Amino acid sequence: MAQYVRPESLEEALALLADAPLTILAGGTDYYPARVGKPLDDDLLDITGIDGLRGISDGGDGWRIGATTTWTDVIEADLPPLFDGLKLAAREVGGVQIQNVGTLAGNLCNASPAADGVPPLLSLDAEVELAGPDGARRLPLGEFVLGNRETARQADELLTALHIPKAADDAVSSFLKLGARKYLVISIAMVAVVIEPADGAVGSARVAVGSCSAVAQRLPDVEAALKGQPLDASLGQQITQDHLTGAISPISDVRGSADYRFDVAATLVRRALGALGAGGQGQLETAA
Amino acid sequence: MNVMNQSLSFTVNGAPVSVHSSPVTRLVEVLRLELGLTGTKVGCNAGDCGACTVLLDGRQVCACMVPVGQVQGRDVQTVEGLGADGALSTLQQAFHKHGAAQCGICTPGMLMAARELLDSTPVPTEQQAMDALGGVLCRCTGYRKIVDAVLDVAATLDETTPDAGAAVGAPLLKIDGKPKLTGEESFGADAAPADSLWCRVVRAPHGRANFTVGDLEAFKAGHPGLEAVISNKDLPGAKLHGVYPVGKDTPVLATGFTRHKGEGVLVLVGDKLTVESIRDDDLPIDWSPLEPVYGVEAALAEGAPLVHDDKPGNILTGGFLQKGDVDAALAAADHVAEGSWQTSFVEHAYIEPEAGWAQRVGDRMEMHVTTQAPYMNRDEVAAILGIAQEDVRIVPTAVGGGFGGKLDMSVHVPLALAAWSLDRPVRITLERPESMASSTKRHPARMTATAGCSSDGKLTALRFDGDFDTGAYSSWGPTVADRVPVHATGPYIVPNVRNRTQAVLTNAPPAGAFRGFGVPQASITSEALYDELAEKCGLDPLEFRLLNVIRHGGETATGQILEHSVGMAECLEVMKPAWVERRAAATAFNENSAVLKRGVGISCMWYGCGNTGIPNPSTMKVGISADGKVTLYNGVMDIGQGPNTIMPQICADAIGIPVNIIGQIHGDTDLTADAGKSSASRQTFVSGRATQLAGEDLRTQILRLANVGDDARIEIVPGEIVVRDGDAQRTIDLRGMATDPNGDVLLGTGTFDPPTVALDENGQGIPYATYGFGAQIAEVEVDTELGTVKVLKIWAAYDVGRAVNPMQLDGQIHGGVAQGLGLALMEEYIPERTENLHDYLIPTVGDVPPIETFLIEDPEPLGPFGAKGIGEQSLIPTPAAIFGAIHHATGARMRHAPATPARVRAAILATRQG
Ligand SMILES: Cc1cc2nc3c(=O)[nH]c(=O)nc-3n(C[C@H](O)[C@H](O)[C@H](O)COP(=O)(O)OP(=O)(O)OC[C@H]3O[C@@H](n4cnc5c(N)ncnc54)[C@H](O)[C@@H]3O)c2cc1C
Ligand code: FES
Ligand code: FES
Repeated sequence: MAQYVRPESLEEALALLADAPLTILAGGTDYYPARVGKPLDDDLLDITGIDGLRGISDGGDGWRIGATTTWTDVIEADLPPLFDGLKLAAREVGGVQIQNVGTLAGNLCNASPAADGVPPLLSLDAEVELAGPDGARRLPLGEFVLGNRETARQADELLTALHIPKAADDAVSSFLKLGARKYLVISIAMVAVVIEPADGAVGSARVAVGSCSAVAQRLPDVEAALKGQPLDASLGQQITQDHLTGAISPISDVRGSADYRFDVAATLVRRALGALGAGGQGQLETAA
Repeated sequence: MNVMNQSLSFTVNGAPVSVHSSPVTRLVEVLRLELGLTGTKVGCNAGDCGACTVLLDGRQVCACMVPVGQVQGRDVQTVEGLGADGALSTLQQAFHKHGAAQCGICTPGMLMAARELLDSTPVPTEQQAMDALGGVLCRCTGYRKIVDAVLDVAATLDETTPDAGAAVGAPLLKIDGKPKLTGEESFGADAAPADSLWCRVVRAPHGRANFTVGDLEAFKAGHPGLEAVISNKDLPGAKLHGVYPVGKDTPVLATGFTRHKGEGVLVLVGDKLTVESIRDDDLPIDWSPLEPVYGVEAALAEGAPLVHDDKPGNILTGGFLQKGDVDAALAAADHVAEGSWQTSFVEHAYIEPEAGWAQRVGDRMEMHVTTQAPYMNRDEVAAILGIAQEDVRIVPTAVGGGFGGKLDMSVHVPLALAAWSLDRPVRITLERPESMASSTKRHPARMTATAGCSSDGKLTALRFDGDFDTGAYSSWGPTVADRVPVHATGPYIVPNVRNRTQAVLTNAPPAGAFRGFGVPQASITSEALYDELAEKCGLDPLEFRLLNVIRHGGETATGQILEHSVGMAECLEVMKPAWVERRAAATAFNENSAVLKRGVGISCMWYGCGNTGIPNPSTMKVGISADGKVTLYNGVMDIGQGPNTIMPQICADAIGIPVNIIGQIHGDTDLTADAGKSSASRQTFVSGRATQLAGEDLRTQILRLANVGDDARIEIVPGEIVVRDGDAQRTIDLRGMATDPNGDVLLGTGTFDPPTVALDENGQGIPYATYGFGAQIAEVEVDTELGTVKVLKIWAAYDVGRAVNPMQLDGQIHGGVAQGLGLALMEEYIPERTENLHDYLIPTVGDVPPIETFLIEDPEPLGPFGAKGIGEQSLIPTPAAIFGAIHHATGARMRHAPATPARVRAAILATRQG
C-alpha cells in the first residue's frame, strides 16, 4: 500500500521526508493533471495541513511568502506596488479555481519553462528557503530552478518559503503575458519588470522573460541599458531583440517559432517598460 | 499499490458526511461515486474544463484536483445545494431565462463559479463575471448567454407557455432545461447499476505499429479482480465496423497492426480499482513502431506507405462537380483571383467525454450511451455482436455535446463486447486524452482555388481543389468529399464551376463529421477570393456579394433551381447598416492607431439540410393514452441543440393543443421510431416535418372520430377529448378505447424523407431539398506587433425559413460562432501532441465577443411550418468573416487556420517585405 501523510507540523513533515522518498503535494494542480488515467499510487506528503506554512508576512527587511500560499492569497494580500507584477501574474495563472488552490511554491518546484510565477519572482530578487534534515538553506531563485522540470531541491528537502527583499518604497512593477486565448492559457512568452526610480529616472531595473528558454531569465543587457534612463513613456523604447540575444534561447513549438518568441519578447519588454514609465502597467486595451 | 483508505468527515451542502476512502482520491470521484452527487461533472480530470467546479469553504475549486484528504473538516457546496425544496435558485432561474444551458454538461460548474462571485459581489460587472467564469469551458453556448444570466440574477422568470396554436414561433424556455440546472440530468457517466463492472480500453501508443499480444490468460490470472481481457480473438460478430453500409474498415479491436494512436487493442474488464491500477505497460503487448504517415503531403508522396493495402495512393475516395467550362471562363474573365489555403484538425471538444453502460438482457443487448445516432448505433452494435438489429436496444442518456463527434461508435465497442460475454452490467467513461486520441476530428484541408468575374463584378467561374486528411479510417470522409464540391461556390450564382476533392488516408485519428462537413474550410477559400475580386472591381465586399448571391429561381452549381426559401440577399440587406458603419469606424480608428488595427470582414454561407442526394427519412409518433396523456415518441437526439423543445412545439401546433401538455419519450430504440441522426442540420427540417405530419395525423383521427370540420378546436382533458366546431361540441371518451402496447388509444404517425435526386458523375442533381442561408460580419482588432486577434463583435443573419423558437436559434448561432472563432484563431489538433484541453485550446468566456443576430423567415414549403436547419449553418461563415476582417485590418491574408498569434505576426511581416 502506498502511503499518504498530512502532518500538522514542519518537524513531522521533515522527519517523514528524511525517512523515505515522498512526493510532495500542495494544491495538486500540477500533480493531478500529470496522472489522468493513471493510478494514484505515489507515496505522498501533503503539506497543506502544516501550521504556519501559509501566508505572507513583512519581516522588516523583506517579505516571507510561506510555501502553501496560494495565488489568490497573493491577489488578496495588502502589498505595495512592488508586487503589482506578481499580482498580475497571479490573476493569469489558470482560472480562479487554479488560483484558489495552486501555490507559488508548487509553481516553482514544478519548474515548467512556462511557469508564470518565475519571471515576476526573479524580478523581485526572490530567494527560496529549503528545509531539510540538516536545517534550512537559502538560494536565489535563479539558482533553484535549474532546467525544464529540474530544481536544486534535494529529495529530503521541502521548499518552506520565498523571501522577497525590500526595495525602494516607490518601486513599481508589471507583468505581461502573451497567450493564444484569454483565460486558462499557457504563456507563449511573458515579461516581468521591477523598477526602482531615482530622481525621475531609473535607479535600477530588473527585467525577466519566461517561456523563452528552459528556465525564465533575467535580462542583464536590458537592465544595464535602462539604468539612468528617464522614467517616462519613452522608457525602454530603444530595447531591441539584440538586448535579449545572450539571455534567452527560445524553442519552436506548437505555440510559436523561436523567431516569433524573440520578436514578441522584445515587444513585451518595451511595452511593460513604456507603460511603467508612463505610470501604467502595459496591457494595450482599447474600448470596443 | 494504492493508498490505504481513511475515514474522512466533512459537510456537503450543509449536511455532515463521512466517507471511507483513499485520501488521494479526487473529491469529484467521492462526490459522484460514494455520495451519489452526480451533478458535479467530469470533463478532463485535469483542471482544464472546470466542469467539476464546486465551492470548498466558499471558494471555487476543481474537484478533480482536490485530494479528498484535504477536505477533512471542511465545507463543500455542489450544484445540488443551490436550489431549495426543488425550486430553482435565482441564479438557476436566470440561467433558464437566458438559455444559458444548452447541453447542460458545463452548467453545474458555471453555476458554482458564478456562485462564488455573487457571494462576494452581488452586482458584478461584466468583466468580473468573465473573470469568475474564466476557468469553466462551454462548447455549446458561446458564453454570452451565461454572462447575461450572471448579470441578471435579479430577474424574474416568466414561465407562461403559449396557447394552443401559438407554440411555433414562441421563444419557449427549454422544456428539458430544469434538470440541467439542478444537476439531475443524467449524462453518459452519471448512472449505472451498482454492481456494474468497469472497463477500460488499452490503446495503441503509436501512430503506426505492428504488435503481438502475449499470454492474456496468464496476465488475467495474475490480476485478481480482472474478469476479462478481451482481444480481437474474442469477437463474436463482425471484425470491422463503420458508419457507412459498405466499405467498413474500422477494426472492432486492432489485429496485429494499428493505424492511429489511440486505436483500441484490448478491453480490460473488472472492478474499478483493478482496471485502473493496471498500467498499459504492464500488458503483454510487444510493439514495433513504424514511421507514421501524417499530413496529406506525406500520404500523397511517391512511395508513401499505404495506410490501407487496398487503397492505392492513400486515396479513400473523391468528389467531383463540373458545370459549364471553367477553363474557358477563367481565361475570358476580366478579373481572376487565386490562392491556396490550409486548415488543421479540429477536435469536437464536447465537455462530456464518451461514456455509458450496458447489460445483456437474455439474448438482447441493452446499452445506455451518450450518442447522436441511436438507430445507427443499434445496427452497428448488432453487427459486431452478430445478433439481429431488433435484439439491440439503445437507450440514449442525456448528451453533453456532440457536434458530429458522437455519431460514430466509441464506448459502444467495449461495452458490447464486455457485457455480452460476461453477462454482467458493465460501465465505462473515457478519460479526456483517450477520447481525443480515439474520436473523430474535423478534416484538415489543403485547398487551392481560382475565381473569375467580369469587370462589372459578376462571378463567372470557380475552380476548387481540396485534399482532405481523413485520418486512418473512413468515418464520414466520403460525406465531406461529397458535400464540399456542392457547396464550394458559396451561395452565389457561378455559371462555370469545377470542384474536385479527395479524402486522403493518413495515420491521424479518423476525421469524421463536424459541424459543416468540410464546408467551413472550403468557404475560407471562396470568400477570400470574392473579397479580392471585389477589390479588383472597385466594389465594396458586401455590394459584390449582393450582386452575386443566389436568389429565388437561381441555379446552383449542381444545376438545381431554388424556387423557395432563398433569403440570402435579405441576410445581407439587414446587416448593411452595421457593415457600412463599422467599416468606416475601423478606417477612422486605424488613422489614429499605429499598433492596434481594426478591420471588418464578411462571409456568406449556404448549407443543404440533410444527406447528400440519398434518402434520409425520419419517423415520429404521437399518442394519446386512455387517461388523456399526450406522448411524443421523440426519436430525435437532443445534443443540446434543442429538439426536446422544438419537436413538442411543432407537434402541439400540428394537433392544435398547448405545448405544455405534451409528454415525451426520448430516443429509446425500443420505444421511438427511427428519426435518423442528429447531423447534417436535418432534425428541425426532416424530423420536424415528420413531427408535424404525425401531429396532423393524430388531429385528423380526432376530428374524424368527432365527425367535425378541419377548423375544430381540440381540448384534451383526463380521459376525454373535447372537440368544438363552431357551436357544436363533441366529446370523445378515451377510457373505453383499445390500447396499444404503449398504452395509447390513438396514435399519429408521420414520416418524411426530403425529395432529392442523386448526383451524377458531374455532380449534377438535386442533392438537398432545401438549404439554409446566412451571413456573418466580424469586427476584429489586431495587435500587429504580437499578432493577437481580438474579435470585437459578430453580426449574424440567417434565413431559417421559420423561426420555430427564436431563443434556441439565437443559442445555436452563438454556439456556432464560438466554434467558428476557435477554428479561425486557436484550434489545432496535432496527433500525439495536443491530446488534452491544456494544449488544445478552445475559446474561453473571454474570447467570444457580443453577437447580434438577425432572423430572416423565407418559408420553406417542405419544412415544418416553413422551418429549416441552423445547426451547422451557424458556424460556417465565421472563420471566413474573421479572416476577411484580419485582412481589412492589416492587409495580411491568412492562409493557414488557425490564425495563431505567431502566424498572424508572420503574415503581417510578410506584407511589409513584399
Ligand atoms: C488548468 C490549469 C491551468 C494552469 N495554468 C497555469 C498558468 O497559467 N501559469 C502557470 O504558471 N501555471 C499554470 N498551471 C500549473 C499550476 O497550477 C501551477 O504551477 C501551480 O502554481 C502549482 O501549484 P500546486 O500547489 O497546485 O502544485 P502541486 O501540484 O501540489 O505541486 C507541483 C509540484 O511541486 C512540488 N511541490 C509543491 N510544493 C512543494 C514544496 N513546498 N516543496 C517541494 N516541492 C513542492 C510537487 O511535488 C509537484 O512536483 C495550471 C494548471 C492547470 C491545471
Ligand atoms: S474535470 Fe475538473 S477541470 Fe475538467
Ligand atoms: S451547454 Fe456548455 S458545454 Fe454544453
